[in-house]
Amino acid sequence: MKILVHKQELCTGCRACEVACSTAYFKTPDRNKSAIRIINNDNSFHARKCTQCGECIDMCTAHAIYRDKNGVVRIDKKLCVGCLGCVGYCSELVMFYDDDLTEPFKCIACNICVKACPENALEVLVSKAG
Amino acid sequence: MRQILKEYTYTPATIQRGYSGKSLYLNVSDLRMEEKVVTEFMKEKFIGGKGFDLWYLWQAVTPETRWDSPENEIVMSVGPLGGITQYSGTGKTLVCAISPMTGIPIDSNAGGYFGPLLKFSGWDALELQGKTEKELVIFIDGNKGLIQFCDAEGLPEDSHLLAEELTRNYAESEEDQVNVSVVSSGSAARNILYGMLNFSFYDPRRKVVRFKQAARGGLGTIMLDKGIKALVVRYKGIKGNTNNPADVATLNRIGVKYHKEMHDLDEKQNGMRKIGTANTILVMNQYDLLPTRNFQTGGDPAAVNISPKVFIEQYLTQGIHDGCWYGCTMSCAKTADHFRLLTGPYAGACVTVDGPEYECVAGLGSNLGIFDPRAILEENFYCDTYGVDLISFATTVAFIMECYQRGQISREQMGGLDLAFGNSDAVLELLHQMARGEGFGPIAGLGIRRLKKLFAEQFGSDPALLQDIGMENKGLEYSEYCHKESLAQQGGFALTNKGPQHDEAWLIFMDMVNNQIPTFEDKAYALYYYPMFRTWFGLCGLCKLPWNDIVPADNYKTETPAKVPEHVQNYVDIFNAVTGKSIDKEELILQSERVYQFQRVFNIRMGKGLREHDYAPYRSLGPVSREEYLSRQELYDRQLREKQGLDPASMSLDEKIATTRAYREQQFELLMDAVYKRRGWTENGVPKPEHLREIGMDLPMLLEVIEPHL
Repeated sequence: MKILVHKQELCTGCRACEVACSTAYFKTPDRNKSAIRIINNDNSFHARKCTQCGECIDMCTAHAIYRDKNGVVRIDKKLCVGCLGCVGYCSELVMFYDDDLTEPFKCIACNICVKACPENALEVLVSKAG
Repeated sequence: MRQILKEYTYTPATIQRGYSGKSLYLNVSDLRMEEKVVTEFMKEKFIGGKGFDLWYLWQAVTPETRWDSPENEIVMSVGPLGGITQYSGTGKTLVCAISPMTGIPIDSNAGGYFGPLLKFSGWDALELQGKTEKELVIFIDGNKGLIQFCDAEGLPEDSHLLAEELTRNYAESEEDQVNVSVVSSGSAARNILYGMLNFSFYDPRRKVVRFKQAARGGLGTIMLDKGIKALVVRYKGIKGNTNNPADVATLNRIGVKYHKEMHDLDEKQNGMRKIGTANTILVMNQYDLLPTRNFQTGGDPAAVNISPKVFIEQYLTQGIHDGCWYGCTMSCAKTADHFRLLTGPYAGACVTVDGPEYECVAGLGSNLGIFDPRAILEENFYCDTYGVDLISFATTVAFIMECYQRGQISREQMGGLDLAFGNSDAVLELLHQMARGEGFGPIAGLGIRRLKKLFAEQFGSDPALLQDIGMENKGLEYSEYCHKESLAQQGGFALTNKGPQHDEAWLIFMDMVNNQIPTFEDKAYALYYYPMFRTWFGLCGLCKLPWNDIVPADNYKTETPAKVPEHVQNYVDIFNAVTGKSIDKEELILQSERVYQFQRVFNIRMGKGLREHDYAPYRSLGPVSREEYLSRQELYDRQLREKQGLDPASMSLDEKIATTRAYREQQFELLMDAVYKRRGWTENGVPKPEHLREIGMDLPMLLEVIEPHL
């Protein structure tokens, strides 16, 4: 299973990851369209991003969420009806939506933010489980 | 593909703020199609859904129209909010017609995908009129702009086979089956008066066609009488903005908030995602509200055998989405998968049973003295596939069983069926007889009002006793709550427009369990506010369950917890977000009241809707028999002391029963007076012209109907 890991001790909160993510997928440097969100908690930064737990798969009302061969949880945009049930149902609060978009979005451990991080605070791990 | 008898093409209207602005009229007598314009007047006064249905039905019929007259219409509409995906419970289709059970308009609502797909195909409403000998399937393709009248020859009779075949036939691929919805009935609906309509949706996980029902009032009987075997709609392309709302951001925000509430609170509250509406069985049993053996008592120790735990652990598939429209995270439409049937024409087959819902367990279970979950599921399956309204069926059979128990009818008069309480084999055989049109089946299919007459005239039964124990009002059978101790629910059933169905005023829980409307005045107010509030769901295409089957964590701190104020505000905000209007919660009630009063006048126009039609059978109000009184003697004796200042120790049992009866009947009269006043009606139950003027419904067509009754 592929999963994005955030190393809190290295993160400076520059948000280059957010810019890289939203630019790659939605062609705009808008953190509201980023699938990783850096949260500043008294100058200690943590990242909200998908843990690939898959809780959203079975609850999806349109059968549009699935786990791919790499263990990554993905949304089939053709099937998604934009109900945002998965957004409300995500225990980790890491399924995101934006009013400009017709489907929600999430981290798919694609590595784009990893490459953009100047502090090497992000890494995609591949585990055998899943 | 089926033989096409007539085909029309049309340009699907674009949805603007929840409306397509067009409605579809189909006449099966001459295979005619017409487009109608949905006017601003209709939107303003009737909103949509049941409002549009009743408006069109009024134009179609006369006071002389009967359920099987060709001009009677089946009208269906989903309403302006119907089809949005962001909020739970937004796919309800409202269906109206002149009912075979009551002779007045019935309104019934169903989940499933038909209504939303119909609207997105360009139609805010569908009118079906006429009659044909040659049975038809009507197909609407909303992507291609195509309407076909097709030959129905060779199709199966029962819904689970019929809808599956039609879904497969009209879908363009296996994946496309989710874009097809079928409305159908079943073989029993040809032989009984309370035949219902199944509204389908395809479940891609289970790979089966599933159903929700527009069950009440005989809509399936009417559709088959018209010669319409099935309606099929196909529309591909559902998104969160297909309804083209004025303000999608508000819709998204409120939707996500609600989904999160379901996620965080459902397990702590009602467990709707695990068991659905049947979660209340044991609570009802505990509070003496679970109807048992024709509402004689309010529970039985054996109810534990049909508890939610039993269904969850032994039958119902858990952990996956079970909504009947997209976006419903309440997800209460549970199923028993791989259920092996033991009786009837499909014995041995493994099927998916939709349900059981509360009404099913209480109606086909405890009210028939049946406490076997397997038998209840088998009854549930056959009611559904045969097209039988299980509430009317259950309440009618409960009545027959009590008549049998009390020696009012004999086994021979029931064609040899031993319809004793608890005999599920006989109940299933009765269902199969209904499907085959044989034996006692079609007789039981007449419903209680006609059976009371028939039993008295042909079998010499005691008409007074039958009147007391036959749980019907206006010709419709009561739904499944033992409500003798709830004055509010007595009114909630009998003071309804269509007849005693709980969807108009389900007050029993707030009255008896939560004790939220303790005084007489509270109850009278509740019988104004809740019917109006709940009517609104039917105007907009919404399910009521998401309103109060989950409540915000801090709801108890609000001034009126029973109303669930935060959710009321959600609905106000959603309505405004879709339509671009700016209503508030008071205007919401006004929107409902216009349609509610319209329906009351419609009843008067059809010969009912006056005070004399609002009386309840005494079983609804209090203990009819000695056994019933004795079963709660302590309570009834206390009431004699505390409410009437009498000494029960000095009274005989029959005196106590008679005195209790007189008191309760008087209380019901007082309740009628108070409710009529609240609703702006005369003492005879007629809406006053000045009240109609006040709410903007002083339409000449209504004033003309009420004038002779003032």
